[in-house]
Amino acid sequence: MLELVVISTLNGILFGMLLFLMASGLTVIFSMLGVLNFAHASFYMLGAFFGFQISRWVGFWPALFIAPLLAGALGAAVERFGLRRVHRNGHVAELLFTFGLAFAIEEVVQMIWGKSPVDFRIPPSLDFPAFRIFSTNYPAYKMFMLLVSIAIFVGLLIVLKKSRVGLIVQAALTHPHMVAHLGHNVERVFMLVFGVGTALAAVAGVIAGPALVTQSNMAALLGPILFVVVVVGGLGSLPGAFVASLLIGLVQTFAVSMNGSLAGAFGPLSPDYAQSWLSDIWGVTVAQIAPIMPYVLLVLILIFRPMGLLGTRET
Amino acid sequence: MTELASRVAPPYPPLSERIKFYGLWAGAVLLLLVLPRLFSSGSALTTFSLIGISIIFSLSYNILLGQTGLLSFGHAVYYGLGGFLAIHAINMIGANKLPIPLPFVPLIGGMTGLFFAVLLGWVSTQRSGTAFAMISLGVAELIASSALILRTFFGGEAGISANRTKLIRLFDWNFGPQIQIYYLVAAWTLIAIVAMYALTRTPFGRMCNAVRDNPERVQFVGYDPHVIRYLAFCFAGFFAGIAGALAAINFEIANAAYLGAAQSGTVLFSTYIGGVGYFIGPIVGAIFVTVLSLSLSDLTSVWQLYFGLFFIAVVTFAPGGITGLLMMHRPLIKGGALGTVLPYYLISLVPTLAMIAGLVLGIETLVHHTVNPGEDPNIRAFGINFNVSSPLTWLAALVLIVGGFFVARKTWIRLAQAWDEALTAAREKGHST
Repeated sequence: MLELVVISTLNGILFGMLLFLMASGLTVIFSMLGVLNFAHASFYMLGAFFGFQISRWVGFWPALFIAPLLAGALGAAVERFGLRRVHRNGHVAELLFTFGLAFAIEEVVQMIWGKSPVDFRIPPSLDFPAFRIFSTNYPAYKMFMLLVSIAIFVGLLIVLKKSRVGLIVQAALTHPHMVAHLGHNVERVFMLVFGVGTALAAVAGVIAGPALVTQSNMAALLGPILFVVVVVGGLGSLPGAFVASLLIGLVQTFAVSMNGSLAGAFGPLSPDYAQSWLSDIWGVTVAQIAPIMPYVLLVLILIFRPMGLLGTRET
Repeated sequence: MTELASRVAPPYPPLSERIKFYGLWAGAVLLLLVLPRLFSSGSALTTFSLIGISIIFSLSYNILLGQTGLLSFGHAVYYGLGGFLAIHAINMIGANKLPIPLPFVPLIGGMTGLFFAVLLGWVSTQRSGTAFAMISLGVAELIASSALILRTFFGGEAGISANRTKLIRLFDWNFGPQIQIYYLVAAWTLIAIVAMYALTRTPFGRMCNAVRDNPERVQFVGYDPHVIRYLAFCFAGFFAGIAGALAAINFEIANAAYLGAAQSGTVLFSTYIGGVGYFIGPIVGAIFVTVLSLSLSDLTSVWQLYFGLFFIAVVTFAPGGITGLLMMHRPLIKGGALGTVLPYYLISLVPTLAMIAGLVLGIETLVHHTVNPGEDPNIRAFGINFNVSSPLTWLAALVLIVGGFFVARKTWIRLAQAWDEALTAAREKGHST
């Protein structure tokens, strides 16, 4: 039992940190541009596929740097030539633009790499067990993922709190118009933030690609969870996104590792009607409902705290 | 009191306007009756039925997006649940020999859509804008994922099927042949269009528009925007349920794809491409998108990519959709200034088409190299033969895209100038809308 708790906690924090790598970019982009980037998870997918292709040509380590740069450049180009033009048509048009983009990126990825998963392997230099907990070998690659995401988290924190650009970004989070009035080139900051945000998502894609499945539906699978994170944390709140990422990471990981069901818990009480059409609910295990846990959490948050955990704005 | 009412209420429309208005509806009825006589093949009837279902679904979506300003990414939930309940209802009615004929089954679907909209709507519509969009997506994922868990009711991956001919007969129709389904769909489409049009003319419909445009003002007037959004959401759910039930009757099956994100995306596409600003927009969009998806899928294997790119182009360049584009020309036609713009349209059409042709050529060539490499390099796409392995093809695509873009941009600027001049001329004559 203790073993399960330790391993699940580790995995949960890992998944949560990966989510935060993406959610942080999404939150900052939303706060500054007012647009929730529907295609954010698509850049995560692009990162994974770019990483896969580049690691085939020049190896994993160069790919870890080149793939996010490429995806980030693509993201910046999308902001510069797409979103900026759509901006004058309002927020709905912006959201729809990124929605169409997500659709098109998935189709392009399917066109180039096909629908089935690609063979993106863990680099041999990291393919060994890091340590043993009880009877389980914990893979070194997972520790590497955790370290990378924590390193980026710390780096992001330092840049945001200490650097000049970070201060401008922080100011623009709450008072974008004031920042523009002070004479900063807000448009260029926007492009930069969009580029960096998508690059962060791509980093998550490159490091998650070998551990999870690199497939053309990975954006569609992860995208909704990402939005749940952002809404649960509170739209536009970076600390909220952090808390929500870890929360959802842990909830989902723990749920997957549990095998209990109503039938298991109340077996002897089994009512007659449990044999009929209610048998689905009666017999389903916690592990089976793990995929819907984030959405249940979303609905609960919406009922009891509509602005999100640490959110302050109503809209 | 009467004096006040006469000043506030709009003047009663003159006879000519009323004849035009009712003539339009009569024309629609006539068209629906004549269509199967003109195109009587099975595939045409199926296409018409699909278009009718799509029209109801898109119009119901426009109650949210166009009328109330709520962008939903999960409207298919109510469509799908309506479909599932309809299938279960058909099975149940057939097994128990209940005296309910098939034409009333869509009403069951509608009530299901309404029920779930009432249930889920209150939480969903608490907030508008981006937050609502995300919430609708979350709720949709919740329902769609639950559908795969509750296998007894939703039938898992395979879905639930039914036999629509086993119900008691009305007018001696058993609803086996497609033509009878066509008339069923056509009748329901007409009823739904009339009902939804009437809804936009009620005070409630006007309040929806007010909530879309200025929710704060609505609050000051004494309405609760949340309640109005909720009511609009319920109406939208009801009509989506009718559409879903008709789809289930048409295919005699309901599966998890009915509820899924792809279905929600499709209705969003057809509504927005048609144009959310006018009542007729979603109808145009539903016809356009259904026909386009049926015909494009025959022409090329990556039709969904073209579809996505087309949607992005509409969002970027024509946020009013197809009807918005057409309606833009009304003042020009009324002012008689359309003739001055037309030549510029024709001029800019040439490089624009060249650019699009280059793009298509590039995509098709790429598709051939990635999807089926090693096959015969002489392929045929959109009815044109070309060799994908020759560098000439790549060069042609590149020249067409780059050259086309630069020439096209120049002609677009000229077109915009000519457009402005024509519009100014039309406005001077007093035709502003």
